[in-house]
Amino acid sequence: MSDVTLNTAVAGVPHDASAPRSAPIRQTGAIAWVRQNLFATWLSTAVTLLLAYLILRWTVGFIEWAFLNAIWEVPVVNGQAQTQACREMRGTGACWAVINEKHRFILFGTYPFEQHWRPALVCVLFVALYIVSAMRRFWNWTLVPIWIVTLTVIGILMWGGILGLPYVPQERWGGLPITLILSTFGLALAFPLAILVALGRRSKLPAIKILCVLYVELIRGVPLISLLFMASVMFPLFLPEGMNIDKLLRAQVAITLFAGAYLAEVVRGGLQALPRGQYEAAEALGLSYWQKTGLIILPQALRLVIPPLVNTFIGFFKDTSLVLIIGIFDLLTAGKTAIVEPAWQGFGVEVYVTVGVIYLVFCFAMSKYSQGLERDLNQHRRR
Amino acid sequence: MKAMRLSVTRAVGGAALALAMTVPALAQAPAAPAAGGSPTLDAIRARGTLICGVNTGLAGFAQPDSQGVWRGFDVDYCRAVALALWNDANRVRYVPTTAQNRFTALQSGEVDMLARNTTWTLSRDTSLGFDFTGINFYDGQGFMVKASTGVRTARELEGATICVQPGTTTEQNLTDWARSNRIRFTPVVIERLEEVVQAYVAGRCDAYTTDVSGLAATRSAQPNPREHSILPDVISKEPLGPLIRHGDQRFADLLRWIHFGLIGAEELGITAANVQQRASDANPEVQRMLGRTGDLGRMLGVDNAWMVNIIRGVGNYGEIFARNLEPIGIQRGPNALWTTPGGLQYAPPFR
Repeated sequence: MSDVTLNTAVAGVPHDASAPRSAPIRQTGAIAWVRQNLFATWLSTAVTLLLAYLILRWTVGFIEWAFLNAIWEVPVVNGQAQTQACREMRGTGACWAVINEKHRFILFGTYPFEQHWRPALVCVLFVALYIVSAMRRFWNWTLVPIWIVTLTVIGILMWGGILGLPYVPQERWGGLPITLILSTFGLALAFPLAILVALGRRSKLPAIKILCVLYVELIRGVPLISLLFMASVMFPLFLPEGMNIDKLLRAQVAITLFAGAYLAEVVRGGLQALPRGQYEAAEALGLSYWQKTGLIILPQALRLVIPPLVNTFIGFFKDTSLVLIIGIFDLLTAGKTAIVEPAWQGFGVEVYVTVGVIYLVFCFAMSKYSQGLERDLNQHRRR
Repeated sequence: MKAMRLSVTRAVGGAALALAMTVPALAQAPAAPAAGGSPTLDAIRARGTLICGVNTGLAGFAQPDSQGVWRGFDVDYCRAVALALWNDANRVRYVPTTAQNRFTALQSGEVDMLARNTTWTLSRDTSLGFDFTGINFYDGQGFMVKASTGVRTARELEGATICVQPGTTTEQNLTDWARSNRIRFTPVVIERLEEVVQAYVAGRCDAYTTDVSGLAATRSAQPNPREHSILPDVISKEPLGPLIRHGDQRFADLLRWIHFGLIGAEELGITAANVQQRASDANPEVQRMLGRTGDLGRMLGVDNAWMVNIIRGVGNYGEIFARNLEPIGIQRGPNALWTTPGGLQYAPPFR
């Protein structure tokens, strides 16, 4: 066969259909793809051209605003930043000088300036903790001491008061560490709570079941804002005079309870999706309730719900910014407060873009990691 | 005390109340304060720091600077208290409070005092259970117009379109004022602050109305503040001042006389720069105020050099005003001393 084709080719017979030619360039490759998907009809051609024009314009506009026309520094006279140069641009260029001037406030809030290395180190520790927890090789009992030690070190760094570190009260904490503390503790505590509540909701014991249903429905029935208000405005009134639970701790408890209710429903979804046979098989093996749950049910159920779990995690990471309504300076609130100063008023876009990028980095990392996790853990499902 | 707490609970609103009813067991009567003396001052002294509730960020009144240090008009009042108590302006912990949680923070003892641009009203003084210790800033609703329009008083706004935010007393004040002055106007009601300012700047309305301090802050944030002028007319009363919990007269006395001291010092020409020389002034009132003669400080429960320490630390009322509010374009107006025409700031004698 190959001989024949070779011969015919050599013989120079052009209309021999049996020759293995590569498909014409117009049917494959980038050009064909573009033709098929972008310029197939006059309508899609029009849409393509319009979108291409808009994207190009916006990209060029953004690059001009963010880089070409941007002002990176402004002179400071007598401790007062001279922002006239930024104002004279009237929005044609970004005034990154505001970030230059305020980045430490946005990141660390009102934490004492000369001690900023401490919250900075705390942020690094948090990220390191996330990375270590994400690595498969640490998925065993070593993770527990790692978390305890890291969180203790974080507590020592933030509060101080020992080892020669000056004491810093909680109301001076702010910025990124607050966001990380609220979301890490919130989710780390809410997750086990959620599993217990989800199991409780499927329990055959009526008291436990009613309690869990009540908890989930009550918490889910109110917005997070009202829970934070409860924690911040109502709760202190019930306490005896002179007894004050810290504002940050109250917000933390509210966020944990709220996250717990939502995660519990996600976990319950996983439990319900598991075929009955799995439960019956586990029972047939003579496993106790906790053995059955821990060894057979939960590993499968949690694997099923990785996408909605991560969805909830990402949602809560961003929801922590709601603490602004009770006067805690998380990352977003610190950003907003940074532009209260008259000299810097009106440069909100630059600050919000910066804060947005920080949120994006964390959320995108979570999302990417969960995709990998999903792929690895659900390999048996994709044949 | 119990009745006061209950009234606060009531004031917080129906939704919260419904939630509160689910946990009635938690609601307990707080312990009554010790008779006599000052529970707040005792607690402050024992703690060694004053806890001051401030705004989460309001230009000129309370805002953290780039280094995270709180600065502003209200913040200086907190500092003055710390200076009177310990001659150390740094012994203050600032708790940022929002408009919603500020009263609970004070009520529950989370903060010792509020210096948070709060308007003195009858209901706050009585049913919320607070004591206002003076008016350190007379605010009120005003108007801002473009300077190019040549408008000099609010009465010239006949037939104008006026930008206003809905839902607050601002809109109501505007309508009342227009009706009583027989001025016709077209309101442009916009919810969000940035948008309402933008509408005004873009020329959708001839004037923008809100509290004068807010107008000044907006004006100073414009590319060219001189293009806008704030009219001298003020159409509502928003007296702002520090406040504490009911039932602590000693602490109230101290705060009240710190405020009067700052005003008195301005009146007598005592400034941060000259307070040392003025201590040996011939004027007997200056001598009494600065603790040279008499025992005024001790009567308030602080050191006799209290005013010297305060003035050296934060300056007199005029200096505090000039440092914090004049850079954002707020003029003295009604906050001038009573010796100036139109000024309302007045201090009783120091004797």
